[in-house]
This record gives sequence, C-alpha cells and structure tokens, in this order.
Amino acid sequence: MFRQVASRILTRPTTTYSAAAAIRRPFSTEVADTTSGDEAFVEAWKKVVPNIDPPKTPSQFMHPRPPTPSTLPTKLTVNFVLPYASELSQKEVDMVIVPATTGQMGILPGHVPTIAELKPGLLSVHEGNDIKKYFISSGFAFIHPNSYADILAVEAVPLDRVDPAQVQKGLNEFTQKLSSATTDSEKAEAQIGVDVHSALNFALTG
Amino acid sequence: MASTAAVPFWRSAGMTYISYSNICANLVRNCLKEPYKSEAINREKVHFSVSKWVDGKPEKPTIRSDSPEE
Repeated sequence: MFRQVASRILTRPTTTYSAAAAIRRPFSTEVADTTSGDEAFVEAWKKVVPNIDPPKTPSQFMHPRPPTPSTLPTKLTVNFVLPYASELSQKEVDMVIVPATTGQMGILPGHVPTIAELKPGLLSVHEGNDIKKYFISSGFAFIHPNSYADILAVEAVPLDRVDPAQVQKGLNEFTQKLSSATTDSEKAEAQIGVDVHSALNFALTG
Repeated sequence: MASTAAVPFWRSAGMTYISYSNICANLVRNCLKEPYKSEAINREKVHFSVSKWVDGKPEKPTIRSDSPEE
C-alpha cells in the first residue's frame, strides 16, 4: 500500500493537470516551453509551408498552470469572480472564509484541494488586518493544491449596499408565503426566500 | 448500495440548481439600496426570441423581453 502511495506522489505534480507537454516529461514540475507550439501541428505545418512560421495555437496564449510548490506557501492566491466582473484577480491574502453549504469554511494557504458549493452567506477576505466582507447569493469555491482558490458567485455585494428594511420586509413576506404554501414548488420557493433573507439579516446584524 | 447524500429541498421539489441559484441572486438584488439596485436590475435584463423550425419553416417565435415592446 505504501509503495503505491510513494509512486503516486512522485508522479503527482504532472498528472493533476493534463497539459500534454507536462505528461511527456513526467518528472518536471514546470510546464514545458510552448513557444514552439504543439509539436505535431508544427511538424505538419512545416511539411506543407516550410517558409512561413507556424501560427500560434490557442494553448500558447494560455498561461501555464502555476505549479504546486514543494513548501507551504505563505499566502493564498484568490480569484473571486462574478458573471459580470472580476472582483479579485490573483490577490494574495492570508485567509478567506466562505459560506459553504456545510458551514463557514476557512481557507488558509496549503488547504486540501476542495470543491465546495456555497450557500447564501458572508464571504470574508482577510489580508493582514483588513477584512473585506461580501454577501454572496450562491456559487462554488474551488481550492487547488497550489494554494489558489477560485471563488465563483452569481451575485456578491458588499454589506453596505444592502437595504435592511427590504431584507426585513422580504423575510416577513416569505415566512408568510411559507406557511400558506400548498404545492411543493411553492414551498421550495418560499423556503429559498426565507433562507436568503435570514442569511442577509444575519450578515447585517452579526 | 443506496446513495446516502441528502437531496437538497429544492431538488426534491423538482427545481434545478441553476433555477435555485438564479432565484437566490434575484432575491439578493431586490434587497439592494437604490442606485445599486437599478444598476443590477438593468444589468440582468434579457431580450431574446426563439423559434422552432419544422419542415424547413420557422414556427411562431417565443419572445422573452424585459424591455417594453415598442
């Protein structure tokens, strides 16, 4: 059993992300220099058009995946994106607390790779002594082995943009809808309303 | 071997994740303070027309629009 684990550790840096170039050189942790382009394409090109340089292929425009460092990094790199904007891009922070469906999850550098579904709740980004808080409607958090965290949310608003009166009104309205709901889908919608508004309330008062 | 994962309440009520997520997002947008609320609502406006084609001819299109028809 331990021999299997050891051999898996040796090949781990390259098999996590299947960049074709990395697989061909199994013991390198850096992705191979791709400025020469995908080899098969370049060879075929040269046979047909030897005088012109081969055009760049899409993979050459992509930044190679940042490698998994061998020692624990000191900072977590966060990419926090929304469908219409990129809130934080490659920001180095000390810790992020995300509202996962299983509870508030703190992400530190070196966190175990995880995919977490997020529920409506507070996201806080801790950098030194500043804490930035956002209320997220729902989304996912992907934590990669190289201490990169990708947080995707559909809506994320800083708490000072939320109107407490609307939240209270919404909460009352949905609690009432929940008690008077008849069909399953009405109940589900009312329950979602109650969940979101109570999470908003909690975030505003907590 | 039965799956032990508890199904979320919205899924057992027949809702998909994407509808759930969109409903949550709409609720949050409705709770915003004024200038941000209208920006958010404007940003999410949708306008499209879909028509099915049968025997090489388009049928009557279904139009989904958040802007008033002129």
